[in-house]
Amino acid sequence: MLNKYPLWKYAIILSVLVLGVLYSLPNLFPADPAIQIQGAEAGVQMNDTTVQRTERLLDDANIDHFGAEINGQSLLIRLNSNEDQLAAKAAIQRGLGGNYIVALNLAPTTPNWLLAIGAQPMSLGLDLSGGVHFLLEVDMERFLESRLASYAANIRTTFRDENIRYRGIDVLDDGSIQVLLADEDFRSEADTWLRRNLPEFQRSDVESRGLPGLILTLTDERIAELEDYAVSQNQTTLNNRVNELGVAEPLVQRQGRNRIVVELPGVQDTAQAKNIIGKAANLEFRLESRDGQGEVYPFRDSNRTAMLETDVIVTGDNVTDARTSYDENGLPQVSVNLDGDGGSRMGQTTRRSIGVPMGVLFIEQKSILEGYEEVDGEPVPIYDSVEEREIISLATIRGAFSNSFVITGLDNAQEASDLALLLRAGALAAPMQFVEERTVGPSLGAENIRMGTQSVIIGFALVILFMLGFYKVFGIFAAVALSANLVLIVAVMSMMGATLTLPGIAGIVLTVGMAVDANVLIFSRIREEIADGRSPQAAIDGGYKSAFSTIFDANLTTLIVAVILFAIGTGPVKGFAITLSVGIVTSMFTAIMLTRALANLTFGGRVVKKLPI
Amino acid sequence: MSDLKVLNFMGYRKTLAVASLVLILVSLGSLAVRGLNFGLDFTGGAQIEVGYEEPADVEVIRNTLNGAGYRDVVVQYFGNNTDVLIRMQEDNNPRLGDEVLALLSETRDDVELRRNEFVGPQVGEELRENGGIGMLVALGVVMVYIALRFQFKFAVGAVAALVHDVVIVLGFFSITQMAFDLTVLAAILAVIGYSLNDTIVVADRIRENFRMVRRDETDYLINLSLTQTLARTLITSLTTLLVLVALGIFGGELIFGFAMALSVGVLVGTYSSVYVSANVLMALDLTKQDLMPPEKSDDPEEEDIPAWLTDVEDDETSKEKS
Repeated sequence: MLNKYPLWKYAIILSVLVLGVLYSLPNLFPADPAIQIQGAEAGVQMNDTTVQRTERLLDDANIDHFGAEINGQSLLIRLNSNEDQLAAKAAIQRGLGGNYIVALNLAPTTPNWLLAIGAQPMSLGLDLSGGVHFLLEVDMERFLESRLASYAANIRTTFRDENIRYRGIDVLDDGSIQVLLADEDFRSEADTWLRRNLPEFQRSDVESRGLPGLILTLTDERIAELEDYAVSQNQTTLNNRVNELGVAEPLVQRQGRNRIVVELPGVQDTAQAKNIIGKAANLEFRLESRDGQGEVYPFRDSNRTAMLETDVIVTGDNVTDARTSYDENGLPQVSVNLDGDGGSRMGQTTRRSIGVPMGVLFIEQKSILEGYEEVDGEPVPIYDSVEEREIISLATIRGAFSNSFVITGLDNAQEASDLALLLRAGALAAPMQFVEERTVGPSLGAENIRMGTQSVIIGFALVILFMLGFYKVFGIFAAVALSANLVLIVAVMSMMGATLTLPGIAGIVLTVGMAVDANVLIFSRIREEIADGRSPQAAIDGGYKSAFSTIFDANLTTLIVAVILFAIGTGPVKGFAITLSVGIVTSMFTAIMLTRALANLTFGGRVVKKLPI
Repeated sequence: MSDLKVLNFMGYRKTLAVASLVLILVSLGSLAVRGLNFGLDFTGGAQIEVGYEEPADVEVIRNTLNGAGYRDVVVQYFGNNTDVLIRMQEDNNPRLGDEVLALLSETRDDVELRRNEFVGPQVGEELRENGGIGMLVALGVVMVYIALRFQFKFAVGAVAALVHDVVIVLGFFSITQMAFDLTVLAAILAVIGYSLNDTIVVADRIRENFRMVRRDETDYLINLSLTQTLARTLITSLTTLLVLVALGIFGGELIFGFAMALSVGVLVGTYSSVYVSANVLMALDLTKQDLMPPEKSDDPEEEDIPAWLTDVEDDETSKEKS
């Protein structure tokens, strides 16, 4: 018998639809405005006392709240209205003080049974949620320049120590180092030393000013390594600073070779955000004071203090690298490398200070929330910029060292990697600059959502009306398929954890318009078959069959274009490419399988005189 | 099929080829003379959108900014008279947005920042390059796919149609001087996808008819194919245009350029699938020999479609026979 699907096929279609509905459901629950509270430092824990304090603060400020919950390191408390968010944030921050980071957030209201199956709402792009997007570029040229300068200084010091007589060691404009030596013998000595100790340089002979010399150029691999290092170091630093801003869900991500994207949903005060992101940290290595004269500083991770000498041995500018490593017993340690200049000063100091503890001071420009000022009835935060100095390491000098040394006596690997991170953060990082900034106000974001949804609904309704008028009963099939398609797009996007943007909504609208194409193709073929004199059942079967390869080709080529769009696009355009690709794939399923199932259910297996098409 | 009157599309092919050529020349001419009004995404610079509670006065804003020493300031209404878009070509000052807002709130305090964008000149240049490369890659990949899946002459026809569409849409943006930003670029790539869709549907029919119909005149076979697909071509264009109009009217200012580019693209794409790609096939003298399947079965439906996709049909056939 023609036009009957086996039961399993109906079962598959039905289960896809049910899954689609389930996974798209979370998007229907509007999120609650909420306040998120986190400890400013790792030591601050959230507990019932914090919850009670926060709730009391909100009660005092007459702000309705509910559903306080602790999620690991952070406390989330829900509010009844958006308007209360700023006031609530101000009240809580004022009450809890500087040890806590208070941020605005949206709390999903997805019911637990949906969360249990992993269903989550789509996340909204900045153009829909409002917020700031920064693109920072790491200045590689200046970074490499400074690295080369420190290499040159390093070589100068060692040559002096090793008695390799040179006449000049300079960084040239083309990014190479020229080493001029006293005579040929020294050149071969220098060549040997460089080969052994600085394999990252390619060496070539040169004669200049009548002197034998060497030209050193960094290998491409080493340059790539340095760039990589500079970017990831900056990224780590940015991560720390962004956390300080009190943003609920910040994103710090590398983009391309030398760029870093920072996205801060919900942040409006871009000036403040830029100040914090752009500020610098530094390090100072100083000996512990032995004569009771000096300055007392607190430790970063404990309540101890120590007195350090006022003389600074080296600063963060001299630190070229700091990494976690392990000694022969498998104990964690941090290896630190200094540049030539720093190395020689460190050498001089350590030679006469064996057995004395040396401290590392971490200096940070911090913005501290002082309080709030009422401007036109709105609380506006006031920040004060302070310099914070904390000891991050105090370790005894075991022997003289210069360029490289290790800090041992660390309790565990975590402590070692934290220390390495702080050392790097305070070291001279490659300079960064803002190359792109986009801020979307919250009202514009909300408006974009409203207008986007509106145009989806209207476009959808127009297409359905047209299909019903033109294809009658088969128009109903198409309408069902179109609705199912919309549900499936949302479900797949939610499952993928994709971000919905305004162009993404445009992509959904466009998919709605184009998805009917498959049905139009099929229905036109069915009409042709009927005109050719086939029976209704044969016409349905023939229509679906002959349209299939056309639909497949047409959709595949569009998919190719969508993939290219995804590859070259940035931000919002990627959003468009994603919805378009997802829409193409789901529309193949709904327009072919689903409408066929509906047609089979309606007409299959019985005598049909005339098709209502 | 018998009662379907075959329309003589190819009878007008020369006239319309001239018309297409004129459109393309006008577009290229405008692109050469006036160029595109590149938006911030591509030029770099700063752009600030502010919203007022009461209608704003762009003249006052312009004077305020000029008075404060800003040059090359473009101030215009954005969508309605309470929203104002300020564009400046100032490079290397990421703080511009904050400064401008501070300045504007001195004169009127009902101002609110809606959007602030700063794009460094280098980023803009890269985006422009990437966009161009993306378009070329898309055209190349598509051409290869069609050459493999259909035949080389179809690939030439399809790419001719795509280039035709893209040039005319670009020409439209050049002539109207509407802002050409990233979303418009996305729309143009979507036009490539859409127009291709149309072209392939027609090409598919032409191939089928060349293999199945027992007549030999190229123009008759192409006319027949175009007539058979005409209803579908028009309906799909219509539904797509319906949603695009909805998007253009209700989607807001940010998405208007996108809707506009696609609408023009859909109109031109519909026309080009009939008159450009088919015209190229005529000009290249497509013959039945070009389309004879190399060795396999003579059933045109039996293409290299993965088994998991065809089993929908296979099931039917097996049931039928039993």
